[in-house]
Amino acid sequence: MENIENKERLLLDVKDLYVSFDTYAGEVQAVRGVTFHVNRGETLAIVGESGCGKSVTAQTVMQLIPMPPGRIKGGNIFFEGKDLSKYSDKQMEKVRGKDISMIFQDPMTSLNPTMRIGKQIMEGLMKHQKLPKNEAKNRSIEMLKLVGLPNPEKRANQYPHEFSGGMRQRAMIAIALACNPKLLIADEPTTALDVTIQAQIMELMKDLQVKLDTAIILITHDLGVVAKVADRIAVMYAGVIIESGTSEEIFHHPQHPYTWGLLKSVPRLDMETKGRLVPIYGTPPDLFAPPKGCPFAPRCDYAMKVCKTYGPVRTNLTESHYTHCWLQHEWAPKVDDKFAKGGAV
Amino acid sequence: MLFMLRYTVKRTLMAILTLWVIITITFFLMHSIPGDPFTDQKKIPAEIMEKLKMKYGLDKPLIVQYGTYLKNILKGDLGDSMKYKNRSVNDMLRDGFPVSFKIGIYALALGAGLGILFGIVAALHRGKAIDYFVIVLAVVGVSVPEFVFAALFQWIFGVWLEVLPVARWGTPAHYIMPVFALGATYIAYIARMMRTSMLDVLNQDYIRTARAKGLSNFAVTWKHTIRNAILPIVTILGVSFAGIVVGSFVIESIFAIPGIGKYFVQSITQQDYTLIMGTTIFYAAILILMMYIVDLFYGVVDPRIRLE
Amino acid sequence: MADTNNVAKTDKMNLSKDMFEVVGKDVADYEKIVRPSLTYWADAWRRLKENKLAIFSLILLIIIVVMAFVGPKMRPWEYDYQDFTVINKGPNSVHWFGTDELGRDIFVRCWEGAKVSLFIALISTVINVTIGILYGGISGYVGGYTDMILMRIVEIIYSIPTLLWVILLMVVLGQGLGTIIIAISITGWGGMARIVRGQVLQLKQMEFVLAAKTLGADSSRIITRHLVPNTMGPIIINLTFQVPGAIFTEAMLSYIGLGLPEPYASWGTLAQRGARLFLIYPYQLAFPAVLICVTMLAFNLLGDGLRDSLDPRLRT
Repeated sequence: MENIENKERLLLDVKDLYVSFDTYAGEVQAVRGVTFHVNRGETLAIVGESGCGKSVTAQTVMQLIPMPPGRIKGGNIFFEGKDLSKYSDKQMEKVRGKDISMIFQDPMTSLNPTMRIGKQIMEGLMKHQKLPKNEAKNRSIEMLKLVGLPNPEKRANQYPHEFSGGMRQRAMIAIALACNPKLLIADEPTTALDVTIQAQIMELMKDLQVKLDTAIILITHDLGVVAKVADRIAVMYAGVIIESGTSEEIFHHPQHPYTWGLLKSVPRLDMETKGRLVPIYGTPPDLFAPPKGCPFAPRCDYAMKVCKTYGPVRTNLTESHYTHCWLQHEWAPKVDDKFAKGGAV
Repeated sequence: MLFMLRYTVKRTLMAILTLWVIITITFFLMHSIPGDPFTDQKKIPAEIMEKLKMKYGLDKPLIVQYGTYLKNILKGDLGDSMKYKNRSVNDMLRDGFPVSFKIGIYALALGAGLGILFGIVAALHRGKAIDYFVIVLAVVGVSVPEFVFAALFQWIFGVWLEVLPVARWGTPAHYIMPVFALGATYIAYIARMMRTSMLDVLNQDYIRTARAKGLSNFAVTWKHTIRNAILPIVTILGVSFAGIVVGSFVIESIFAIPGIGKYFVQSITQQDYTLIMGTTIFYAAILILMMYIVDLFYGVVDPRIRLE
Repeated sequence: MADTNNVAKTDKMNLSKDMFEVVGKDVADYEKIVRPSLTYWADAWRRLKENKLAIFSLILLIIIVVMAFVGPKMRPWEYDYQDFTVINKGPNSVHWFGTDELGRDIFVRCWEGAKVSLFIALISTVINVTIGILYGGISGYVGGYTDMILMRIVEIIYSIPTLLWVILLMVVLGQGLGTIIIAISITGWGGMARIVRGQVLQLKQMEFVLAAKTLGADSSRIITRHLVPNTMGPIIINLTFQVPGAIFTEAMLSYIGLGLPEPYASWGTLAQRGARLFLIYPYQLAFPAVLICVTMLAFNLLGDGLRDSLDPRLRT
């Protein structure tokens, strides 16, 4: 049983979640037994390649996955003690936007092109906080100011296509945080933006987190983005979490070969000039037919016979750090990788 | 604001240009027909032929006739009918237009109203019985020509059930069958477009965002989905009007309704050139006007256009 | 050395020390593609096959085309043979669709009419589509000023409904088979032109055309290997919808008396003759009307099916 530091601070507790999609070719198991938790005010980063199931997990928490063809095969999603996976649509409506909010990857397509930005913020306010129109309008302008948009009164009356990419993402954040939710899920919020804007948006999110005491789940494939911002990191691969721990633990004492691979492929300023970026060869498995054993085995430099036969069991390294890897077994050889010895950051 | 001005000016110029081109083409087409309108009439003495030709200006060179015609049009005069003596084309249009217009507008309103409604309902219940029903209705409506609907209605309601008058004009009851016969195809066409448009919009990311905000299904449907889905329908309304106008030829002939459609068809079989030209130009003008209004309206309604 | 605290689970497994030998990556494994990968066309065909309505329509159309040739041969008389002893008889065992006011067998006339109507529709569609493709393709490819002018011309022509144009042309050219084909061909190509132009413009900008160009491919190669396969989809769909439009136009024209002259029998003229006696002898209008509707319906359903199956966004 995983130890949770402070039960009172526990906000979201996902246990053993299984999500599948029924397609013409059969069942695609997108999420296969995922367990994680988020405490109040902290930032959990879920990191992984595209297709590993991180977006599906996030959207399932909000119940935004169309069901059919998707379905929750098993598991629970406890939010402040209540199981969201059993909520009806009507009940979820009260949660979305109010207790849990979400921002998406592409701000251009995620904003209604024919509705003014101010109005898009006001909608949530009027629904959840029952504010009358003019109060909602004022609050929406406040939100735009909060997210750092100059000239908020003018901007509130404009349409999305009149904003730049970075501004649109700020607007999305304004919409998401308008009702002061306890948890914000950010699904690849900076992937579609320029690098310089990425940094600004991440700063903004961190800033707002402190101001509003919002917990954040940050979903990304980019470890570089995560470094400054995340308190804890969960690394996902092929629908399972293969390693999870605090930021310090993951960057300094990573234990899973996939994590090592990710760390090795991130360009860093302190690398020796002769060092090269090492990609992880191969592609993730097709979740239409998940392989036996550890899903990473085909691409793992340290794969053993046992890895191809049985899925690795969970090993708790510390109270907060665990991994799923056969290398942790007492019979496994010691691995001599500088990353294993804590040479990441 | 400046943009709207430029947009309006551009559209106006296009409209005028189009109308002028149509007038010119119609004129030269009509005058390229071999023979003249008098050849089928009884033997007319030579001098009277001369006088007739002079009256209609048929003795002058083509370019001059064209010039005169244009001038007259600018004055609003479409000339006199060649077959119905003493009746100007303007008169006939003036008599027939209100009738045709009423039928057309009602049919369009019916088509748009029911069509949009069916389209929305079908899209929201995708895959279920009502969706299939609407799809079938839509495909059938589009595949069955108006005259078949007309004949069917006449037979069922006029002859068999005897609740509606089979033809002619006069009472409100006379409106029902022609309007439905004309509108049936429109209901189908618009229902289908609306359904597709709704499904398209429902797939968009911003609908997901709206749901993520916790808005009720109702709010998401009305304020986000329908509002955006209806835009393409607006653009085709102008075009639909064209179709309604054309369909009315047939409907008016079948139901013996004294509208311009009927005059138009008659003028063709009787080779009454001034009437043909006049009616064509009139139709063209109305259509261009409708498309123009719709274009302007679209510019107001879709904010993205303003930045084009 | 960490604590593998899932002893319960590991007990159930058959573990032995030799299983913990490092073997490393398995190149063959990770390149394996599990889901059957289909090309665009194979996938489209598969989806179409699943669409029962579309397949049913296809079969129906094939039957109609076959009957157009076989039908008249099934009765021992010609379509214009007049037998005054059997005027205006309803459907019976001798005259399966009944007879008209001149004693002609409607069954045979319907299938002869099928030949004419389908012929007109197909030929004018082919001409239409060809003009449309060339016009749109050139306009899109050349671009610039030429494109603007060409498109303005299309806009202008399209302000007037095609039926109106057709009627005007018919008046000028006189009524006849060739005329009606020309009239329908000349007026329907705008839609296709716009589609093709749109595709060409899109593709011009796409990276793979750029890539092909940098590899030294010349224009004609780009056109045949890249532009054409990508525009095939919308072209096929538009084509399938043009045919019922042509059938409809011919029927409309004939119905108001502007269509084919005697002795041609098309579904439209048959309907027109039937309409005159409709309220007394409904079957004379019913049979050709049903054939028109069924054929148009079949084409529309097929077109819908094609459109759905060729839309990459609907891949399940």
